[in-house]
Amino acid sequence: MSDQLIQLLITGLTLGSIYALIALALVTTFNITGILNLAQGEFTAIGALLAISLYAAGIPMFAAFVLAIILVAVMGGCLERAAIHPARRASALTLIIITIGLSISLRGLALLIWGTDTYSLPAFSRGGSILVGGAVLNPQSLWILGLALITLVVLYAFLGLTYTGKAVKAAVINRTAARLVGINPNTVSFWAFVGSGALGAAAGIFIAPVTMSTYDMGFMLGIKGFVAAVIGGLNNVGGAVLGGLLLGVLESCSAGLISSGLKDGLAIIILLLVLMVKPQGIFGLLGERKI
Amino acid sequence: MNKPVKRINLALLLMLLLVAGVLLSGCGSGEQNSAGSTEQGAEPYQLGAVLEVSGNSSSLGVPERDTLLMLVEKLNQNGGIDGHPVELTILDNKSDETETVLALKKLIEKDVLAVLGCASSGPSMAMIDTVQKEQVPMVSMAAASTIVEPVGERQWVFKTAQSDIVTIENIITLLKARSITKVAFLYMNNAYGDGGRIAFSAAAKENGIEIVTEEKFEASDKDMTPQLTKVKAGGAQAAIVWAIPPSASIITKNFRDLGLSIPLIHSHGVGNQNFIDLAQGTADGVILPIGKLAVVSQIPDNDPQKEVLETYIADYQAKYNAPPNSFGGYAWDAFNLVVSAIETAGPDRAAIRDALENNTAGFVGVSGVFNISPEDHNGLGVDSMVLVKIEDGQWKLME
Repeated sequence: MSDQLIQLLITGLTLGSIYALIALALVTTFNITGILNLAQGEFTAIGALLAISLYAAGIPMFAAFVLAIILVAVMGGCLERAAIHPARRASALTLIIITIGLSISLRGLALLIWGTDTYSLPAFSRGGSILVGGAVLNPQSLWILGLALITLVVLYAFLGLTYTGKAVKAAVINRTAARLVGINPNTVSFWAFVGSGALGAAAGIFIAPVTMSTYDMGFMLGIKGFVAAVIGGLNNVGGAVLGGLLLGVLESCSAGLISSGLKDGLAIIILLLVLMVKPQGIFGLLGERKI
Repeated sequence: MNKPVKRINLALLLMLLLVAGVLLSGCGSGEQNSAGSTEQGAEPYQLGAVLEVSGNSSSLGVPERDTLLMLVEKLNQNGGIDGHPVELTILDNKSDETETVLALKKLIEKDVLAVLGCASSGPSMAMIDTVQKEQVPMVSMAAASTIVEPVGERQWVFKTAQSDIVTIENIITLLKARSITKVAFLYMNNAYGDGGRIAFSAAAKENGIEIVTEEKFEASDKDMTPQLTKVKAGGAQAAIVWAIPPSASIITKNFRDLGLSIPLIHSHGVGNQNFIDLAQGTADGVILPIGKLAVVSQIPDNDPQKEVLETYIADYQAKYNAPPNSFGGYAWDAFNLVVSAIETAGPDRAAIRDALENNTAGFVGVSGVFNISPEDHNGLGVDSMVLVKIEDGQWKLME
């Protein structure tokens, strides 16, 4: 029985680190630009599909990944210039609606390019699964968890320690004041989308060996990532990771111990509870801006 | 004052472009294809199909669409039905029940003589009410036996895929031969999985087989390890999975990752190469009942289906440069059953229905030899399937 618990925990952490990656990208964009980028899931899907196509075309695995990440980052930047920048004076709500439009368009584009087939990518490290006291761990899970942790550390260091990071934060808190001290919010917004494109693509590539990739995988991932981000607190990078892991473990435990039918329902119940009891998120800071 | 207005215009223009793009792509997938020829003078016969060209069940719907397009082209080249060309309209239901009914209503407004579809059980079930009310013959290509049963309430509904009962009888025979009495049953939480579960529970009870673990998962789930941990703890001697790819492939991967050593038996829902490819080598050792198409080179020459199977494979290979799979086979059967019914009955819905029910006995198709009767609107028996084991990514006929 305890073997089963360990197994559920491990599976939950794997699932959770996938959600955490998406949540991280969402929270980063949100903190830098004030925009909830609902096309984040699509960045992930397109990153994974691009990498798979490039790899299938004979490019070495590592080069294919780097190329896919760069391409999606460029795409993120272009989309920001084409769709967000012209409307930068509009309200946050309008901008969020624009990202919904982007998400639908990107999904349509992926459908036209890759069709409805499911694609998969070989695992990064060879060799079978690792035994952890009667439970089994898929090595790819370690890669995913590792990527989430590295991203977290890098983001913390960037936002907390570097001058640019502080400038970025300033641009969110008060656009006009930031402008006065020589920070250009437009540039910041551009780089935020480039960054979230790259992070989204990397997430997609890392999870593809576990989840497989389809043109419409981004939608569900986006939703789960959003739930994870809200649970953790939308303005808290560490909270996004914890929120993701928590969601994954809860899903896997409810599927394994109670009923598999309850799994998705539980995520929504938690989301509602968090929004009702602590709308700033479990790990969010009190007194911050309302969502 | 002028500048912001311009910006808003630009933003509006961009949004319009995006919306237009989406609409275009939407239409592109919605109005799949209308194949037919109008060279001949005779009025064309209208046929319709509603298929899962996109969405979760697209691994079923796409080969069926390709098969239908190939067949209608060939039929029209050979002069159509009694000189009437056939116009086939294929609509995409995006693997969604609501879209299915909308597409079906569109087809009925076009005055189609019969409707083919859908590829999977849920959408097929969704069509039944409408075709019964509008009195349009419908031939489904999905598995659940409840699509055509009870026949008393399904006079207009036929289907070509082997019913889950046929598959289950094959699996029960295998379990008995290996004296397995405790099994785990895992199924997709949709009409296909549920149909399999109901039919299997009944058959297992009759044959003294105990289901020690019963678990379900969603078609979009990415990891079924939690469900499989229960199988591990439950002490089953074999695991039976009722699903289609990609989730069927994921559960197979999880099953191997967990190091479970009991036999893994799948349903015929995984009867395509896609399942093996996505499982990335972990599909080896999987046992499943499947139509003879997958193992045509291994079945004896005197099998009544051999010639039909070889012709279908050759035609499909020539057109698409890929081997066909059993789902395409269901479409082959559905199309040819309807064509042969129109040949006997002429362009009249009620007459076509009667012909499907009474005049197609002994029809040799890709999925088996059909004996449709007023009591059985599927008409396939246990002998329409064989048990295969996957070895080195290939289907191998079991003794």
